[in-house]
Amino acid sequence: MSIQTITSKTVVLATANIDTDQIIPARFLTTTSREGLGVNLFYDWRHNKDGAPNDHVLNTNQARDSQILVAGENFGCGSSREHAPWALHDYGFRAVISSEIADIFHANALKNGVLPIVINKHAHNWLLAHPGAEVKIDLTRCEVSLPGNGGVSRFNIDPFSRHCLMAGKDELGYLQDQAQAITDFETKSET
Amino acid sequence: MTRSLFDKVWQRHIVCEESKERPAVLYIDLHLIHEVTSPQAFDMLKSRGLAVRRPERTLATIDHSTPTRKNPDGSRPYVSAQAENQVNTLLANTKAHGIETHGWDSPGRGIVHVMGPELGATRPGMTIVCGDSHTATHGAFGALAFGIGTTQVAHVLATQCILMRKPKSMRVHVQGKLQAGVSAKDVILAIIAKIGVGGGTGHVLEYTGACFDAMTMAQRMTVCNMSIEAGARAGLIAPDETTIAYLRGRKHAPADFSSAARDWLSLGSDKNCSYDKEVTLRAADIRPMVSYGTHPGMSMPIDGVIPKGEPEALSYMNLQAGSPIAGTKIDTVFIGSCTNSRAEDFRIVAKILKGRRISSHVKAVFVPGSEQVKKQIEAEGLDKIFIAAGAQWREPGCSLCIAMNGDTGQPGELILSTSNRNFAGRQGPGVRTILASPATAAASAIRGVVTDARTFEQADRP
Ligand code: SF4
Repeated sequence: MSIQTITSKTVVLATANIDTDQIIPARFLTTTSREGLGVNLFYDWRHNKDGAPNDHVLNTNQARDSQILVAGENFGCGSSREHAPWALHDYGFRAVISSEIADIFHANALKNGVLPIVINKHAHNWLLAHPGAEVKIDLTRCEVSLPGNGGVSRFNIDPFSRHCLMAGKDELGYLQDQAQAITDFETKSET
Repeated sequence: MTRSLFDKVWQRHIVCEESKERPAVLYIDLHLIHEVTSPQAFDMLKSRGLAVRRPERTLATIDHSTPTRKNPDGSRPYVSAQAENQVNTLLANTKAHGIETHGWDSPGRGIVHVMGPELGATRPGMTIVCGDSHTATHGAFGALAFGIGTTQVAHVLATQCILMRKPKSMRVHVQGKLQAGVSAKDVILAIIAKIGVGGGTGHVLEYTGACFDAMTMAQRMTVCNMSIEAGARAGLIAPDETTIAYLRGRKHAPADFSSAARDWLSLGSDKNCSYDKEVTLRAADIRPMVSYGTHPGMSMPIDGVIPKGEPEALSYMNLQAGSPIAGTKIDTVFIGSCTNSRAEDFRIVAKILKGRRISSHVKAVFVPGSEQVKKQIEAEGLDKIFIAAGAQWREPGCSLCIAMNGDTGQPGELILSTSNRNFAGRQGPGVRTILASPATAAASAIRGVVTDARTFEQADRP
């Protein structure tokens, strides 16, 4: 599954510091599989106390068709649960854009086909103010194009992760290729 | 060139240097695993036909999905068949791969971050990972310890390495001595309140200063545990004589202990080494702290008034800006979690509860961090004090810290908790959480309202 560009209307969750307990509450973590978590994405935000779905934006067809989530500052803080990007991906998101993204979530997202994109505050504010804007993310140029007078915004992404994403490769293969270096390290440090 | 503790530990574990194109390949000395974040990793191994490279560098426990009660017939009331299956999957996977596992039958079982240090598996200078963000706890020993996702759990199982770029460093210096009645939990809440929930993002923290030098290992673990709540993946404290005394004689302590100890003492940061960021606090300024919002950065002194700001959080908490937080009625007190569930924590609680009754409207749930803690507290007879006071004394586990094993609060109730996260719904849908120290939790349990343990003790003197 290689990624080059993503073009989609956005869904906006403007709250700052959205933690992984919000993205997927802990009571859904007893699963032993990584599939099918999308229905539980932001579960407590999308349901009334009695369990009935409410009118949250993520319960709309427009959101279900979207691939890009725009979120408030410091998205994905809290636990290391990879269930968070699994749930986002399963729901249909392929990218999250914010002005700051927490470290572990950032690393987990990159490994699961959800691009964590950190852009400048100005462009971020523009996106927060324009839900549903059609946005293009170009991984080959590391650019986010906003429609109309929104302009183009650059983002940084680790070159190695970018290479893996564009080539559709995963990191375990690369690590396995380092077997000799790992053995040498073990021999040196354990004697 | 001068090097920090972090630089030294990082340097020792580089298999392949980092370059512009590639992250470093970092060797992992100890891999801790539990039932929640490992099953999909073992599946990855299976689907690729891979073995666990170093089973003896892997250590497993069951803690998150485990019930903290027993049925009268000795069976365990799992919250669901899925939870039971998750625990059994861990046990089957570790058995198949020859991994030391502390399951139901082990006296060493416990919350992963309580267990590792107790067994002496956590040692200075190591790299330690776990599919769990509170792995930062082990930094108390001068180990570089951080949480990873499940894909990386598979990487470590298969190769004993991860790919990582070196994070930046940040020094958190707390000078001087704490006032009486101020604990390690108050120190870390004060630090997070100061630097913010994202203040440590991209950084490894090093805690320095007389405040930490004076702490016990349990207290240092409380501090390092919550590094992640400031956004930092890891937090370290330099090993010293306190560290060495703690580790001596433990199950996994190295055979040649004294030469290992000499090496550990050499790990401390060089004088005048540099950090990317620095922040300084005065220990004397720190008061007992409680959280008032929906992340740990929203913490305040217990004798202060609730600040304005983040109205959504205050409305979730049903708290009023401008009102004092002390005196707020609570429904439940939870003492437990990898932050504050060690024997030392329960001794503080026992001292306050001895000869007293917990308020009749308060449910008090006390959950030891490990089988060893449970045994120790019972040997000291402190469980009897808890039970006489009206608290429940449970089986070890994560319990109400994450509320995924069936221990959960009711919507709207207010839980005063010694755990580490007050996120909306963390302790059950609609549940409100106030984070606090064990002393604050014990005093508040008695009064039934948020109570400053210092005033409590004064008012209570004959
Ligand atoms: S006690 Fe809480 S924070 Fe610690 S490992 Fe368990 S769930 Fe995580």
